[in-house]
Amino acid sequence: MGTALNPSYFMVLSAALFAIGLYGALSRKNAIAVLISIEIMLTAVNINLVAINKFLTPEAFIGQIFAIFVITVAAAEVGLGLAIIIAIYRNRHTVDLDDFNWMKW
Amino acid sequence: MVDFALTHAWLVPLLPALAFVIIVFLTRPWPKLSGAVSIAAMFSSFVLASSVAYGVFTNPGFIERPLIYSLRWFGMEGFTVDVGVMLDPTSAMMLFMVSMVATLIQIYSTGYMHGDPQYSVFFSYLSLFAASMLGLVISSNLLQMFILWELVGLCSFLLIGFYTFKISAREAAKKAFITTRIGDFGMLLGLLFLQIIFGTLDLAGLAERVPHYEQYGISLGLLTLIAILVFIGPIGKSGQFPLHVWLPDAMEGPTPVSALIHAATMVVAGVYLVGRTLFLFSEVPGAAEVIAFIGAFTAIFAATIAITQREIKRILAYSTVSQLGYMMLALGVGSLSAGMFHLWTHAFFKALMFLGAGSVLHALHDKADVWEMGGLIKKMPITGWTFVIGGLAIAGIPPFAGFWSKDEILVVTLEYARQGHALGYLLFFLASFTALLTAFYMWRMIFLTFFGKEKPENHPHESPLSMTFPLLVLAALAAVGGLIGTPWANVWGKWIHFGHPHHGEPNYGLMFFSVALAVAGIGLAYRLYYQDEEKKLAKQLAERYQPLYKLSYHKYYIDELYQWFTRQVVDASAAVFYWFDIHVVDNIVNGLAGATKLSGQGLRYFHTGRIQTYALVFFLALLVITVVLAFGSPTLAGSMGGVHS
Repeated sequence: MGTALNPSYFMVLSAALFAIGLYGALSRKNAIAVLISIEIMLTAVNINLVAINKFLTPEAFIGQIFAIFVITVAAAEVGLGLAIIIAIYRNRHTVDLDDFNWMKW
Repeated sequence: MVDFALTHAWLVPLLPALAFVIIVFLTRPWPKLSGAVSIAAMFSSFVLASSVAYGVFTNPGFIERPLIYSLRWFGMEGFTVDVGVMLDPTSAMMLFMVSMVATLIQIYSTGYMHGDPQYSVFFSYLSLFAASMLGLVISSNLLQMFILWELVGLCSFLLIGFYTFKISAREAAKKAFITTRIGDFGMLLGLLFLQIIFGTLDLAGLAERVPHYEQYGISLGLLTLIAILVFIGPIGKSGQFPLHVWLPDAMEGPTPVSALIHAATMVVAGVYLVGRTLFLFSEVPGAAEVIAFIGAFTAIFAATIAITQREIKRILAYSTVSQLGYMMLALGVGSLSAGMFHLWTHAFFKALMFLGAGSVLHALHDKADVWEMGGLIKKMPITGWTFVIGGLAIAGIPPFAGFWSKDEILVVTLEYARQGHALGYLLFFLASFTALLTAFYMWRMIFLTFFGKEKPENHPHESPLSMTFPLLVLAALAAVGGLIGTPWANVWGKWIHFGHPHHGEPNYGLMFFSVALAVAGIGLAYRLYYQDEEKKLAKQLAERYQPLYKLSYHKYYIDELYQWFTRQVVDASAAVFYWFDIHVVDNIVNGLAGATKLSGQGLRYFHTGRIQTYALVFFLALLVITVVLAFGSPTLAGSMGGVHS
């Protein structure tokens, strides 16, 4: 460790990851790719949690516990998301999000 | 036994209530058993009530300090309601009188209702009615009293409309219920005021606090308003003008019900309530005057109607209205003693006369017109002679019960006038004139019904013992029941009074005057309806004063007036409100729905169905919120729960 580690490094990394994830989630047409992008955003959040915990309350593990929760929930979410995508694929033979617009008026 | 009775006085109303439950749930298919259960419960309750009365009337301490015990029913911050029992000479007297009359009426009903398909139901209603009334009498709290008051009203509704196959009975039941509800609403408002201002509805607590009403920050004017609001309840319940209209129609019920309603229970509940809350009315001379005048006016008003009516029960009904006016008059001039005394004697002779009338109707198969009767006393000696005793009592012939109480009322009214109250002598005149009319119309009825020529088409027969026994007991009480309140040894006034006991010297002049009035009334009736076999003079008089006769016969057209008011005013305003409802309220509601639908139709084009567009909107919104929280105004940030450094 040491003085070289500045919290802003983690912040920048996390923000960059988040932005990448967001861009992917909003722009990719493939549902699987969108799912992956969301996972990247979650990872960005996890990095933030763990890093800030280190600098604010090094004795407590609040951030880490949160991160573990996020990972757990993310696992479930991915499982569910993939199941939905597979179900849609079986019906429609596509995973292109532009075709998933039948929820409108 | 006496101590047990005093501490368990709540059993008195509970026993008939239990009988009601037993009959409804268990013994309904067996009429005889139901009747037996009901009478057994009522009689036990009478025995208990007698012990209570004995206990109270052997302990003069109860006059000043009533025996009160209560339970907390519910309570919250600054508002508690207790239910309890309050025993003092007044309530003990009522308890004794109501339970006794109710027992006699139930015994009578076994004969009168014999063979009725709804026999069990009838007894269950009678039991519930008696239970409510007995509960009302011993209530220590005005809210408790109000609840039982409404229960009494409900039972009267059920009993008046007992013959559900008769349209007139159903109409009369509704009329009674609605009319008394109008009064009850005023009373409820009054009770709410009392609770809000004085913080309690306990009779004892109110009696302590009301005289110091200024400390509670209210003026005499407001207290007068409250007192009058409370009095509206008794106006409805006790058939005072202008809410008397239901009472004569209540005749549609079976006759024992009429006796129960008119003599012992429902109608005297109003008088009793005024007696109980006399501490309130004595504080506000204005309200007391209102009571006295409404009472006196009702007395003369109903008496002038009664002189031309033809149906036997209707005459008795108007006489009840008139006598209730008498009681109110006594309370209005401030004499609890005289008012309650008349209530006591009236209960006996009026129950007697109603049951007698029931016996007559029973014998004549519900032929009710007194002009079609005549000479019945030969065939129905017990009914006839007991009825005559009732007639002597109500007319005020000494030594029968009615004389003493009526005389007492005249005495206190005269005293009231002498104390310099404006119009006091008018009250006295109205009361005296009513006494004359009462003697006249009662004896008109008696001469027409029981004396004179027998009508060949009638085949009367004496009623069975179950019906004549109550008549005999009540006749005995109507004969001697007033002797406890004679001016020479006024035991009654010593026990039941408000403020200082009344120590009047016997007023022989007034006594002579009231006897003269009664004799004059009876004499007039004798001349017109007995001596004159063809009733020529009576018919001539009716011809000559036809407008007056018609006015009286049609009860001053009060019913028609109310009908007109309902048709013209109520229905017309209902039409206006109906129009308002259809055209304004509905349009507002439909307009709101239409606006929602239109905006939905417009906004749905923003719904692209493309999930990534939605996600983009979420993100942008989040961004806006974050920016606002970070750089926006502190108040907004604070209100949104953000932490602003």
